[in-house]
Amino acid sequence: MSAKPKFAMYWAAACGGCEIAVLNIHEKILDVDANFDVVFWPVAMDAKYKDVEAMEDESILLTLFNGGIRNDENEKMAKLMRRKSKILVAFGSCACEGCIPGLANFSNATEIIDTAFHTITTDDGSEVKLQTHYPAPEGEIHIPTLLPILKTLDDVVKVDYYMPGCPPESHQIAAVIDLVVQVLQGKATLPPPGATIGVGNSTVCDECKRARNEKKIKYFTRIQLAHPDPALCLLEQGIPCNGPATRSGCGALCPTAGAQCIGCYGPAEGVMDYGSRLISSFASVVDGNTPEEIEKVIDGIADPAGQFYRFSLPGSLLKQGR
Amino acid sequence: MSETFEPVIIGFTCNWCSYRAADLAGTARVKYPPNVRLIRMMCSGRLDPTFVMKALSGGADGVLITGCHPGECHYIEQNYKALRRFILLKRTLTQMGIEAGRIKLVWASAAEGVKLAEEIGKMVEEVRALGPLNWNSGQLSVNSQQSTDHRLLITDNLVKEAV
Repeated sequence: MSAKPKFAMYWAAACGGCEIAVLNIHEKILDVDANFDVVFWPVAMDAKYKDVEAMEDESILLTLFNGGIRNDENEKMAKLMRRKSKILVAFGSCACEGCIPGLANFSNATEIIDTAFHTITTDDGSEVKLQTHYPAPEGEIHIPTLLPILKTLDDVVKVDYYMPGCPPESHQIAAVIDLVVQVLQGKATLPPPGATIGVGNSTVCDECKRARNEKKIKYFTRIQLAHPDPALCLLEQGIPCNGPATRSGCGALCPTAGAQCIGCYGPAEGVMDYGSRLISSFASVVDGNTPEEIEKVIDGIADPAGQFYRFSLPGSLLKQGR
Repeated sequence: MSETFEPVIIGFTCNWCSYRAADLAGTARVKYPPNVRLIRMMCSGRLDPTFVMKALSGGADGVLITGCHPGECHYIEQNYKALRRFILLKRTLTQMGIEAGRIKLVWASAAEGVKLAEEIGKMVEEVRALGPLNWNSGQLSVNSQQSTDHRLLITDNLVKEAV
């Protein structure tokens, strides 16, 4: 066996985009292979849970954990990976703050099951029902049970570092891998525990090239209904752009491409509740002084809670809707 | 809710008007319920919506925001910002399932001790009628309960099938 430090990557409630982002670092992936012994990575290689269970505690140097904690299996694996890893990184928006799967926290588990199994879009819904255990000829199959709400990784285990993004940008991943390799070679030191890594320290607005003026918003609209000026701040043009509260690190990709920031890099440094910061930045510049005028402008935001907590509901102060 | 339920309401007051109104109520011996915990700020415009979220997630059953009447802000126009934030915040909270009655904005000048006391009294009764919020206490109580039901349901079915 090689004496290389061990690397693992695991996904819980996630889409798989984080895994692709890691592979998207191109030839840097060879550095991962050159410097690490990849011991567990269900998407990329064959390994069983029992192999991980058999490993010594803290024997894996670096685990990138992506995905939120949606069911009991996710929670069990989070605890297992925590026990076996020296450094556990909450990798991607889901693990950091819940992300899109976390929007399910607006509904309870029963509603989720009902929607999945009994809505009119389900073929022959009357015959379909959820079975958590099924006696197959080869043995009983157990399907994980949903938790009441989706939790973030640090709701269930201690997390060493956070790396937000949906998915984290590949150049940021490459930079973090570079750093870890340098740490292994004794050329650099690790950031302080609990740090957010692979990010900038400002907001997306700071990286955005669009011109900004003093804002007075007369209406809000949806981007598909507008023809925004490509050189001017989108928020000024009434398009709800989440840049003011969102952490920099992506290079303001979306506003540069003509779309509004939706906030996948999560709350900027010092922001305790992402949605609250956005409420503050959007509402403060509404052009209107009477409740009627203000209501009329705000009517343009079709789904405020979804707009403000698209990526961060489980990581917010209220953690859920109900 | 039981008769003994005493709501906890966090009240944010402006140094220049509503805080002095509350003070005046005290000096004039106008009574208002002790359920409200007043926090003084320099201006209602200082009210970051985060404060409201923090109060609700930390166990408050309601939040009262008070400031100077429109046009009378000590800092010219910051109370308009408070109004705008309040409207958007209230919409967001309603969507998340927090009843509109739990968050209230009241204008009260430094001379309106009686008015402020009345408004506090009214709000306490409204929130009392709504019952406790218990947002994050006891590990996400409401949804946990529902999900426990859901789990029981599944387990029940299993038992039935096994029999």
